Amino acid sequence: MSEVAVPEMMMPPPAMPAAFQVEKPVPGPGMGDFSYVGIDAILEQMRRKAMKQGFELNIMVVGQSGLGKSTLMNTLFKSKVSRKSVQATSQEKIPKTIDIKSVSHDIEEKGVRMKLTVIDTPGFGDQINNENCWQPIMKFINAQYEQYLQEEININRKKRIPDSRVHCCIYFIPPTGHCLRPLDVEFMRRLSKVVNIVPVIAKADTLTLEERDFFKQKIREELRANGIDVYPQKEFDEDAEDRMINDKIREMIPFAVVGSDQEYQVNGRRLLGRKTKWGTIEVENIAHCEFAYLRDLLIRTHMENIKDITSSIHYEVYRVRRLNENNTAIPCPPCPMIPHFPLKPL
Amino acid sequence: MTTSDIAQGPFQVYPQSVPQSVSVKKGTGQDKNARPLSLSGHVGFDSLPHQLVNKSTCQGFCFNILCIGETGIGKSTLMDTLFNTNFENFESSHFEPKVKLRAQTYDLQESNVRLKLTIVNTVGFGDQMNKQESYQHVVDYIDTQFESYLQEELKIKRSLHNYHDSRIHACLYFIAPSGHSLKSLDLVTMKKLDSKVNIIPVIAKADTISKSELHKFKIKIMSELVSNGVQIYQFPTDDETVSKINTAMNGILPFAVVGSSEEVKIGNKMVKARQYPWGVVQVENENHCDFVKLREMLICVNMEDLREQTHTRHYELYRRCKLEEMGFTDTNPESKPVSLQETYEAKRHEFLGDLQRREEEMRQMFVQRVKEKETELKEAERELQGKFEQLKRLHSEEKSKLDEKRRSLEDEINTFSKKKAATELLQGQSFNTNANLKKDKDRKKSPEMEAKDVNLTCDEATNQNHNCCFRNL
Repeated sequence: MSEVAVPEMMMPPPAMPAAFQVEKPVPGPGMGDFSYVGIDAILEQMRRKAMKQGFELNIMVVGQSGLGKSTLMNTLFKSKVSRKSVQATSQEKIPKTIDIKSVSHDIEEKGVRMKLTVIDTPGFGDQINNENCWQPIMKFINAQYEQYLQEEININRKKRIPDSRVHCCIYFIPPTGHCLRPLDVEFMRRLSKVVNIVPVIAKADTLTLEERDFFKQKIREELRANGIDVYPQKEFDEDAEDRMINDKIREMIPFAVVGSDQEYQVNGRRLLGRKTKWGTIEVENIAHCEFAYLRDLLIRTHMENIKDITSSIHYEVYRVRRLNENNTAIPCPPCPMIPHFPLKPL
Repeated sequence: MTTSDIAQGPFQVYPQSVPQSVSVKKGTGQDKNARPLSLSGHVGFDSLPHQLVNKSTCQGFCFNILCIGETGIGKSTLMDTLFNTNFENFESSHFEPKVKLRAQTYDLQESNVRLKLTIVNTVGFGDQMNKQESYQHVVDYIDTQFESYLQEELKIKRSLHNYHDSRIHACLYFIAPSGHSLKSLDLVTMKKLDSKVNIIPVIAKADTISKSELHKFKIKIMSELVSNGVQIYQFPTDDETVSKINTAMNGILPFAVVGSSEEVKIGNKMVKARQYPWGVVQVENENHCDFVKLREMLICVNMEDLREQTHTRHYELYRRCKLEEMGFTDTNPESKPVSLQETYEAKRHEFLGDLQRREEEMRQMFVQRVKEKETELKEAERELQGKFEQLKRLHSEEKSKLDEKRRSLEDEINTFSKKKAATELLQGQSFNTNANLKKDKDRKKSPEMEAKDVNLTCDEATNQNHNCCFRNL
């Protein structure tokens, strides 16, 4: 049963201005507070630097057409970040190949600027033969890693390497209510090794609460049985506190979401929702669907963590593999026998 | 990022071009390809800086300061005062043969921020008679730190977030308060270091200079630095929140500081100060010295910028120089982009060829040595063999000689024993005949007999002698 009270991890962080006011004693002409050095002012400096630089986030959405990917993206970021793909005429049949479309937006909230890139994959799972559907996507992700790697090993590097690596891949599971399909299992199995996968149950308003719980349990079992490690991965928990929070999340994935970008009047307030004859589904009401949890996980609490795991774990794995397979690609530290390389031996 | 031309395989990448009606204020540094978008509600990513700060707080921070200055100018005292602790320092002697660098790492904590502070002191700087090599040790130290970071970055399996960054973030250069101008050692050292580290010059022991002298001194120093092309660290002025204070501080450089770890009671408070018969110099009084400004600038306002400059400017410069030295370029002479791969392949071939050649050489040498040794040994063997033969011959000669002797002796023994038997026989016979003939011929042949007897007895005696000899043999 979904809880009504918001679990502690999803508590929105305290209002920003108050939290970051560093109480600096003003050094006047008289005596200052001599026991205060000011090391903690570095937090403020970091924050300022981050605000100035802005943030980057690259999200990929994968799922069959019609599952509501674009709507969910629009709901998440409260703006038209994705254009809904419209099959205009019957001539535009299912495309023969999977397209990968990537659109960038600059959004800003309370002084924090973010460059959000949504990578859409229309055509995924739509063909008759879906055997290698994961290949183009895998290729794309690896190409982003490759681009970053090439930038990194340049002699003249840019001051800030543009980060186009896919930080998070949201996988949409159709709400069959039974179990995962072979396509889902295969895709998630392959891609969980290179990117953070967040599975969600799309169009969750077709499931009752009991069906939803049963479905979720089935999915979790199947993920476990197939050895698929979705975000938050168990092995990357840093300490006990982390593990506690992440365990709670792991009990709830995949989130059952409903997306909507239309507002309706409910109880005197304007809320995002879907209006049906039997009632209005409020998107941000956790009694109705788990959209709020997904949003909080992705944006409010774990975004930095997601980016961190991408850059320090997935990217490093790719880098190691790349350097090992082609030993001459990158200058590795020269062995002590190289006579004219002036670097000191390891 | 959007228009990446990765046209490999069956997928294409292209941006959507939807006209945007609402525009948002564009900040600096935004990608021209990204559309600005306005949000119709609260999304929540304004907590991103908070998340970032949280993560950094968990990891802890790292800051490395290098203090260069003559012995006794007050480096350690200033560090103690700056960080409000008593780092265990001992005074160094003035008789160091060359400049050494001593690095000590401390873990500090203030509220919830953990700082790993490394203070590197130059020991013996400016003490030698010949100061020409003084700066070289410092330059080498800084380069070594860059080098180890570069090595870590180039490793295949690397762990950069766990790596203890030992690169120098700030260099405090202590200028002696002569009141006139910079010393030549100062100029030379700063010139060598300005492209490797952020230099912040400070005038040490500023309580020996009066205010007017100080003003002139500062102007003189700055003009000398400018005319010699020394680039000291400029506090950044591009961020509005701190640009005003930073610009002001840029004009007050170099800071005239006084350090003290002793406390003196002023009014009803204990303050850090130096007590003189003519008054008390309060360290934290801005009228007395610039200590507070230094602390503010170094720690409170610009610590992050110092770290960033070190990483993005000084370290990148070092890396570029190092890699170019090794022969890697981004573009070859025809200005076509050369991948690191090609250069490295070429270098690798060269190196492998070289290696093979050296191996061959060594092998040849080895074979030759072996041959030589073999011939030597063979010589020795032959010699030994010769000796052996000779000895054998000698031995067999002696043996044959001895054999001969033995044979002759044996012959003698045989003859002797024969003789003995014969004489014994004769003796027996003659005894009998003597007994018979003695009565008869006693009177006649007694002299003959006696002679014979005598002969016999002589013979007997000789026989006996022989016997005795034989027995003794």
